[in-house]
Amino acid sequence: MDADERTYRVDLMTRVEGEGRFLLRVRDGVVERAELSIFEAPRFFEALLRGRSIDEVPDIVARICGICPVAYQMSAVRALEAALGVQPTPEIRRLRRLLYCGEWIESHALHVFLLHAPDFLGYESAVEMAADHRPVVEMGLRMKRAGNALIELLGGRAIHPISVRVGGFSRAPARSALAAHRDALARGLEDALAAVAWAAGLEAPDFEQDYVFVALDADVYPLEEGRGIRISDGTTLPEADFETRFGEVQVPHSNALQCRMLDGRAYLTGPIARLALHAERLHPRAREAWEGTGMSLPVRNPYLSMVVRCVELVHAFAEALDLLDGYRGAEPSAVPWEAADAVGYGATEAPRGLLWHRYAVRADGTVAEAKIVPPTSQNQARIEEDLASIGPELAAMEHGAATRRCEQLVRAYDPCISCATHFLELDLGRE
Amino acid sequence: MTASEPESGRGRPRLGVFKLASCDGCQLTLLDCEDELLALAGAVEIVHFPEVSSRLAAEGPFDLVLLEGSVSTEEQRELVHAVRARTPRLVAIGACATAGGIQALRNFADHEEYVRAVYARPEYVSTLAAATPASEHVRVDFELRGCPIDRGQLLELLVATLLGRKPQVPDESVCMECKRRGQVCVMVARGEPCLGPVTHAGCGAICPAYARGCYGCFGPKESPNPSALSARLSRDGASDDEIARRFRVFTGWAGPFREESLRRGR
Ligand code: SF4
Ligand code: SF4
Repeated sequence: MDADERTYRVDLMTRVEGEGRFLLRVRDGVVERAELSIFEAPRFFEALLRGRSIDEVPDIVARICGICPVAYQMSAVRALEAALGVQPTPEIRRLRRLLYCGEWIESHALHVFLLHAPDFLGYESAVEMAADHRPVVEMGLRMKRAGNALIELLGGRAIHPISVRVGGFSRAPARSALAAHRDALARGLEDALAAVAWAAGLEAPDFEQDYVFVALDADVYPLEEGRGIRISDGTTLPEADFETRFGEVQVPHSNALQCRMLDGRAYLTGPIARLALHAERLHPRAREAWEGTGMSLPVRNPYLSMVVRCVELVHAFAEALDLLDGYRGAEPSAVPWEAADAVGYGATEAPRGLLWHRYAVRADGTVAEAKIVPPTSQNQARIEEDLASIGPELAAMEHGAATRRCEQLVRAYDPCISCATHFLELDLGRE
Repeated sequence: MTASEPESGRGRPRLGVFKLASCDGCQLTLLDCEDELLALAGAVEIVHFPEVSSRLAAEGPFDLVLLEGSVSTEEQRELVHAVRARTPRLVAIGACATAGGIQALRNFADHEEYVRAVYARPEYVSTLAAATPASEHVRVDFELRGCPIDRGQLLELLVATLLGRKPQVPDESVCMECKRRGQVCVMVARGEPCLGPVTHAGCGAICPAYARGCYGCFGPKESPNPSALSARLSRDGASDDEIARRFRVFTGWAGPFREESLRRGR
């Protein structure tokens, strides 16, 4: 009898950021290959940071990703300030958290409404979806605009903000300027609450996986700073020890390097992991919204990531409002610092998950070495394992629908391929 | 004014968006036009825009192509030529596409060294030694500057294309915008190095408005005088290395900035 061989592949993933492809091959019900490959051209950030001045780092690393530049800036300033022993004031930290809320809103709204929702409703794009679901798309755009407006106010512009400095901000907003955003954020909160109910009502494929969850460890819902890295097996480690538990490993099927736990396991970072480890730290409005979905913790179905993102939208709006209401100005907007020969580590929660940086700097004010581990490098191995897990059941589906199911799965991770490319990952597997 | 006939002669103008080495920020600027997005999507036909739609038709033909990113691999070099042949209007968007972008820093350095610094198995990485703007490879009809491009300038470009007129994008300096904004000059007031005098307008002088010097992400303005600025920076105490470094960031490969940085540094 002929072997039953099925191959599902998309050579240019759409509605994701950056350029990647996947391939899943199942022969007689056995998965032979499950690969997410990245062919985006590398841009060598770690190399080009060498010799640059310390104060240029937030400007340069922003350019790694147009969707989450604030995340790169925040991890960078955390790491550099740790290296140089800089303690930003509580008001600077408040503004950073607020800025990061803006980015979560912008990025989550983009992913949920413009990139991922069409998978659930059967459209090729949000533009086509808008023909039948205009209020939903408009709601998403409204939230996204509110997030972007917040970044613009604090950062000068929505993409690649210019005000983020080591030590603080080049300029802090006036209270009145911030207060002017209150209505848009309050409206955003209402929209986000509606979005949770809407997303929870969409039909998601049945599929459950056992995940190792990894997120920042913090007393509050983790975002711009933490006190270590938490793993769902019960351990917590300092940010400086990241490389003692996680690292790049070679995988046989594609020669690609991926960030895994050193014992070889894949792990999950991002909204589902954050919720699994920190649900009790959600803002009360977000907790309530989550409980309203009737779903249970931890979420083990990646197709539900959109629901979790909507819960985080509620969190980000609610918290942004609180931060804004408590703002009394932030002068001075930055604390002074001096260069030194030092090494520092910093991790924050990018919209897509843990973003870890390490810098070695010199007393002459320059960067000696930089290392950056973005969330998508970390999730990549997990995406492949998920693909492998759905492989066998796809046989019951028509080929086109099965391929779309794979795409939907990959997209559920909101992979940011531009980010992943420049560091650990590269498609070394040639067909 | 009447709407221009799409040159492909079939209804709404056909739009393509292509990406080379980039961060996606410039194409994201289009999605950041939250208020105009759905109207825009009705006015043009999105033929190929992978970040937005799964309906792909890379072969075109197109009436307008927005090209993001710099040419940094052999495949990208081929792609930029192919795309050129599929559209009467090729617009390079952003510092990567118009000046090489931040990744063009490697053009000044030893490429091998860069590849080794990032990848454990450098022998598998296939990239060109340089990251270059589209205009070094093909004719480009228009350029939008910035890292990222400005939303207002992008909308102006799209509306002008729809109406068949020339986009109104002034090529004055950031200094002009800064003065119009009524700002105190950071260079005069605080001796803060600022590339405003030599940088192309478009951002609205946001850096000085946020109390820091401009870092030139829109690239050189029309006939800039970077040597005069360098002289001023060195009078204010900047070393040659520092001056070279300031010209060499997101648009460091653009002619006037490149030449000035090479005059001052290695
Ligand atoms: S010009 Fe800047 S914003 Fe635009 S793609 Fe390049 S790095 Fe990103
Ligand atoms: S701050 Fe910069 S852009 Fe503004 S006037 Fe001074 S030099 Fe020009």
